[in-house]
Amino acid sequence: MPSWFHAFADKYLMWQEGPMIWGSDVLILLVSIGIIFTLTYFHKWKWLWREWITTVDHKRIGIMYLICALLMMFRGGADAELLRTQLAVPNNHFLTADHYDQIFTTHGTIMILFMAMPFIFALFNIVVPLQIGARDVAFPYLNAISFWLFFFGAMLFNLSFVFGGSPDASWVSYPPLSELGFDPGPGENYYLLAIQISGIGSIATGINFLATIFKMRAPGMKLMRMPLFSWSVVAASIVIIFAFPALAIALALLMLDRVVGTHFFTILHGGNPMMFVNLFWLWGHPEVYIVVLPAFGVYSEVVATFARKRVFGYSSMVASLMLISVISYFVWAHHFFTMGAGADVNTFFAIASMMVGIPTGVKVFNWLFTMFQGRIRMTLPMLWTIAFVPCFVIGGATGVMLAAAPADYQYHNSYFLIAHFHQVLIGGVVFGMIAGMYYWWPKMFGFKLDERLGRIAFWLFNIGFYVCFMPQYALGFMGMQRRMYTYPATMGWNTLNLVSTIGAYVMGIAFVVIVVQVVYSIKHGERDLTGDPWDGRTLEWSLPSPAPHYNFAVIPTVTDRDMWWVLKEEGRTDELRPKAKDIQPIHMPKNSGRPFLMGLSFFVAGFGFVFVWWPLIVLGLAGVAACMIARALEYDDEYHIPVREVQSHEAALGRLS
Amino acid sequence: MAVMEHAVHNPTGIDEKPLEYRDPNQSVKILGFWLFLATDMLLFGCLFATYLVVRTHTDGGPTPQQLFDIPGFTLETFFLLTSSFTGGLSTLAMRNGNRKWLMTWLAVTILLGLAFIGFEVKEFVGDVAVGATMQRSAFLSAFFTLVGTHGSHVSIGLVWMFLTLLQVARRGITKVTARKVFVVNLYWHFLDVVWVFIFTIVYLSGRVM
Amino acid sequence: MAVPSGAMPSSGGHKHKATKYIVGYASSLVLTAIAFLLALVKHTLPVGPLVVVLTVLAALQIVVQLYFFMHVTEGDGPPFHSVFLILGLLFTFAIALMSVWIMSFPAFMAQVG
Repeated sequence: MPSWFHAFADKYLMWQEGPMIWGSDVLILLVSIGIIFTLTYFHKWKWLWREWITTVDHKRIGIMYLICALLMMFRGGADAELLRTQLAVPNNHFLTADHYDQIFTTHGTIMILFMAMPFIFALFNIVVPLQIGARDVAFPYLNAISFWLFFFGAMLFNLSFVFGGSPDASWVSYPPLSELGFDPGPGENYYLLAIQISGIGSIATGINFLATIFKMRAPGMKLMRMPLFSWSVVAASIVIIFAFPALAIALALLMLDRVVGTHFFTILHGGNPMMFVNLFWLWGHPEVYIVVLPAFGVYSEVVATFARKRVFGYSSMVASLMLISVISYFVWAHHFFTMGAGADVNTFFAIASMMVGIPTGVKVFNWLFTMFQGRIRMTLPMLWTIAFVPCFVIGGATGVMLAAAPADYQYHNSYFLIAHFHQVLIGGVVFGMIAGMYYWWPKMFGFKLDERLGRIAFWLFNIGFYVCFMPQYALGFMGMQRRMYTYPATMGWNTLNLVSTIGAYVMGIAFVVIVVQVVYSIKHGERDLTGDPWDGRTLEWSLPSPAPHYNFAVIPTVTDRDMWWVLKEEGRTDELRPKAKDIQPIHMPKNSGRPFLMGLSFFVAGFGFVFVWWPLIVLGLAGVAACMIARALEYDDEYHIPVREVQSHEAALGRLS
Repeated sequence: MAVMEHAVHNPTGIDEKPLEYRDPNQSVKILGFWLFLATDMLLFGCLFATYLVVRTHTDGGPTPQQLFDIPGFTLETFFLLTSSFTGGLSTLAMRNGNRKWLMTWLAVTILLGLAFIGFEVKEFVGDVAVGATMQRSAFLSAFFTLVGTHGSHVSIGLVWMFLTLLQVARRGITKVTARKVFVVNLYWHFLDVVWVFIFTIVYLSGRVM
Repeated sequence: MAVPSGAMPSSGGHKHKATKYIVGYASSLVLTAIAFLLALVKHTLPVGPLVVVLTVLAALQIVVQLYFFMHVTEGDGPPFHSVFLILGLLFTFAIALMSVWIMSFPAFMAQVG
């Protein structure tokens, strides 16, 4: 081996670090070769480019988000299993301390930013235009850009594992630890750049869905007739557009510290590390509401559908969504009560934090009252929704405990906190996303996911969840701190940690069962021929599954909340079947490869920043600028679907009347 | 997108609306841009917050009183305020359907913007020459980042306005170019507001506190 | 600020006047001049109140730009953009002022000096 290669392999490929890296290298190589071979063998490259990479169709973008979210859930989950394995027994050295740091960092970052975010965006994209009676989002081209920025951000983040080294300053990456002096190497830069790039995409998605919902609703769909999932998207998008800029600034300033040598958060020259913490949580706390609000929307839809009742207290549901989106903005300092900002600051933020519990409580009661005296069907989405209620209530109660500032001095950074936020993020967000996935899966793909396998996964996951996290509350009280690499046998933590690890494994098995369920259902799942497999209530169930690419051949006129349900009750469903004479030419946005190229350019620039290689930075940014200028000068970006084509398509679906 | 033809909120009397709002496909983009401005406002809000927190952390280096040059920042303010006015006049010419004046006022705005950037670069070069670099202290890091972010916004705005000018020259005043002129001017006025705050919070307050 | 769309000026046929823009420009210059005078020429106000007055003057300039130049009162349909601007302004000021409040705690100030 030539010496330059040896140096390269040691520095960038980290081959001296052992079998985990080698295994990953081999796996990545094999998977890449497999993908390339399959695409070439089946002549699918053109199909991939034309149908998926250049698409601006919200349904396809949603499906791509979903696939990425599930892949990232696998990656983040694998990280979690490694962490729990390391902590299963005292004095363990299954992982080295360095690797342990890297893995808890990537676990947190991936689960929040590259799993939860794309998962909610998947549902935004798939559901919102169908629910409000639109043909696409307000800005389809921007929507594609958002996706590709997320995609390349995630790629950049995951690349760190095999090229240059993973970030290791935890998902919050507080300075001064994350400053260049204490954390040299590219890992932290990967973190900063990857999140920055995908964050730009998230802001654009927030803007896009607000414009969509405010401007593109079908005639007659007043705001107060809108399904609650769409309302939850409004709430989440409001928080996105106002919170993500804070993250962008926090990351940019830390990057300037590391790359240019400024002193925002250093200890030298007047820097103030706590300002990063302040900016980070300005985004970080609203972020948990960003991911949980859409889950609330899912529960509202699922509860109403499977209890076969109108949702209880619709207006109070909307009001509490809006209240949460505003109050969530004024609670951020409860993440650093222990900084010692003084009694006045801590009191304000403690009270604000507890206040968020009020609208949330209203929602929980509304879901319960919707179920009360309903004819409940225990389908998969409903199971996850019912499981969510106690889980989230416990998580909320421990949240209020943490919000009590004086008591927080005891819980701070202990496993009590770990248990709390996993309970609200898994019990709230993941349960909701899985419920939403099961609920809208037939609308996306035209078949249901297998019920029996789903139930096995459900019970495994729920049992595993409580076995994993309940012991962690106790461990927190017993003094176990978060991010602890290993612990001596004399602490009395052994049994609880072992139990917790077993729970984590059970959850891992549940995930595998879900994967099996998806694969099995592709072939054997119940086909959805009616477009309304759940006896749904809202507009998306009036369409065939999967919906045609123009969604609605004729835009419906909405006269009621739960429009589709009312029509079914009154036997008027034919009103939503298009009539041949009503069909007009449909304008649709043209596909474009530019969003992909723009994401790629961001990737190149980001990669350049990670290693501070200026030629790459300049090249990447030039690519971004070129894409933007080309778009500014583009005029011909729409096409017409002729009436005849729409008619024949609808006729083939058996819908034309 | 044509879906907009079915938009719920379609007030009667379509000719009553200003040109840039008449086509719902264009007016949804104006709403989108307002939303973007709201996020950009938050972006600057965070930079202002950072600046305010580390404003006094000069670490024995140059202080605001020593650094800020009154004629320099006053002139910059004057250029930018005036460019906001001329940008407004280009919107007026657009609404009156007067392409020649529209292009003239856009060009004047670009020139004033260039003058602003020129003075800002001169100011920064002068600062660096006396050792006030952004690596010197937390105050200077925050100062250069805040003012520099505004400056780079202005620079992007200049390129954008030039592209808009080209499109008006080529295509005349259509419902699409009308919207583009309106939106680029929204951006420009927004940057003017941000500058007013930089002028107030950074420069004026820096001289008195 | 949020005026319903009925109040939009008509543009059918007759020319728009530049009056609104000239008034806007004049008021922005006057507001700037007042701020300049108060801060740098006539030192009548103590620093604390002075900064408050300067900030109020700057806030007035937001109104000037929004109303005279950015036509915030016009639009297509309900004034959603105004709602978001108001919310955005609220959050922006909250971030700036509350960050200062949070980060100016006594223990820290003693350390940095």
